Amino acid sequence: MNGRTHPLEVSAAWFLALLWIAPLAYAFWSALHPPEYATSFSLTAPLTLQNFVRAWNQAPFGRYYINTVVLVVLILIGQLILSTLAAYAFARFKFKGSGIAFALVLLQLMIMPDVLIVENYRMIGKLGLLDTIPAIAIPYLASAFAIFLLRQTFKSVPQELVDAARVEGAGPLQILWKVYVPLARPTYIAFGLVSVSYHWNNFLWPLIVTNSVESRPLTVGLAVFGAPETGVDWSIITAATVMTMAPLLIAFLLFQRLFVQSFMRAGIR
Amino acid sequence: MNAWLLLLPAAVLLVAFTHYPILATIRHSLFISRRNGTEVFVGLDNYRSMAADPIFWKALINNFWFALGTIPTSIALALLMAVWVNRNMRGRGFLRLAYFTPTVLPMIAVANIWLFFYTPDYGLLDQLRGLFDLAGWNWLGSPSTVMPCLIVMVIWKEAGFFMIFYLAALQQLSPDLEEAAAVEGASRWYTFRRITFPLLMPTTLFVAINAVINSFKLVDHLVIMTKGGPNNASTLLLYYIYEVAFTFQDSAYAATLTVVLLVLLSTLALLKFGYLDRRIHYQ
Repeated sequence: MNGRTHPLEVSAAWFLALLWIAPLAYAFWSALHPPEYATSFSLTAPLTLQNFVRAWNQAPFGRYYINTVVLVVLILIGQLILSTLAAYAFARFKFKGSGIAFALVLLQLMIMPDVLIVENYRMIGKLGLLDTIPAIAIPYLASAFAIFLLRQTFKSVPQELVDAARVEGAGPLQILWKVYVPLARPTYIAFGLVSVSYHWNNFLWPLIVTNSVESRPLTVGLAVFGAPETGVDWSIITAATVMTMAPLLIAFLLFQRLFVQSFMRAGIR
Repeated sequence: MNAWLLLLPAAVLLVAFTHYPILATIRHSLFISRRNGTEVFVGLDNYRSMAADPIFWKALINNFWFALGTIPTSIALALLMAVWVNRNMRGRGFLRLAYFTPTVLPMIAVANIWLFFYTPDYGLLDQLRGLFDLAGWNWLGSPSTVMPCLIVMVIWKEAGFFMIFYLAALQQLSPDLEEAAAVEGASRWYTFRRITFPLLMPTTLFVAINAVINSFKLVDHLVIMTKGGPNNASTLLLYYIYEVAFTFQDSAYAATLTVVLLVLLSTLALLKFGYLDRRIHYQ
């Protein structure tokens, strides 16, 4: 767009931006200064990493980190494999009942596992998986959203490429691996970013199915750590909060554009 | 190659964790479980108790106010942010970053940070009030302020997410329109009101309906900020389901409440896929 924006508008835009960044800036301030500076802002306040050290020593955050990383990787790999196969079936093969099957898949877009906590808890109990990392992951492994996105992408793969691969003697799975998957790379990246962010941040379901340090992800660990009953002081809680969000925040700062585009794609469908 | 074979792994999991649970929810809402573990068919009894349960109605009404409090304001802010970020403004990279950042943060971390703002006396908000010699206030502990406090936090969390949809839509608009309007001597506000905003209407509808669906799922913050209190002033339907199922251990009633949530979500989804998709073209 051209033309100059009125300085007043520029100031308003900046004011809003500073207001928006303030809560986060505050969290960093409090995490990086001694507790007595938690609410008094002074330029001479000494910087310290003590809050992080104390948070790290007071709760098994190392274990929580490992749990969360294992969880998001497990979910992502499962989702990518299952949805690639399913999307390939929908995009490439004509079979009886495919319309109904696809509608049944899409049902998960409106009723996500997040709201079926009661019955899914029963199911996980029956499978004997309570309080394990797979218990958190399983309801999300088949992702209607991933199947939908990949099917769209796969449908746009030119038939000539498929024919060429077939002439060279490639079977259906080879065609999937050599032709479809490489062409869908942007879709995989967009979906991957959204999935990792979602499950890194997910809270209610992991809270319900986990009950021990060995299976708890970071978000649940943070909630347990920061509960008012524990009497941990504020600066340490903010340090723990910063630790919980730091990896995603750093990834976001590094790949800002990619994040924004991925979230947009994911949202628009 | 059998297509069903490709579908099988995903289908098994979808049936186990989406289709079967939906049917099981409906079934369990028609039964009660006895102490000895047997189930007794009770017809619509659970629904009758639900209709007589004031907390259920409170949660539903809270959901309504929560949606009404968060959605229009976040959408208006999102639009404003998008218009600004789309301009050739100094530091627009920073602006976009600042507006969007809350979106990538875990709700539970956000709740922790804001919990401190609202802490009585010691918290940031009361410290600010202290500067004006105002006494401390228990923001999250008072029925009159708890909902507005949570609403402000959620607006902060969501506006940047909605912004990106407007940004995408604005970038699709032809610059000729604005130029033509400028040549005709239309003011910027007039152009926005009469040209840009109407053209963005499909985006607004799309964002609004997604926001409503989302508002039923947003309950993480309640777990650490208010636990639905005080006196259920901040409870929401999904949080109430969580409490009934896992604190009160009444899974039949939790199933009944879940049926209500499922009906609400499916209605909204049908509205979205049926009505909106016919009118809006994104791809």
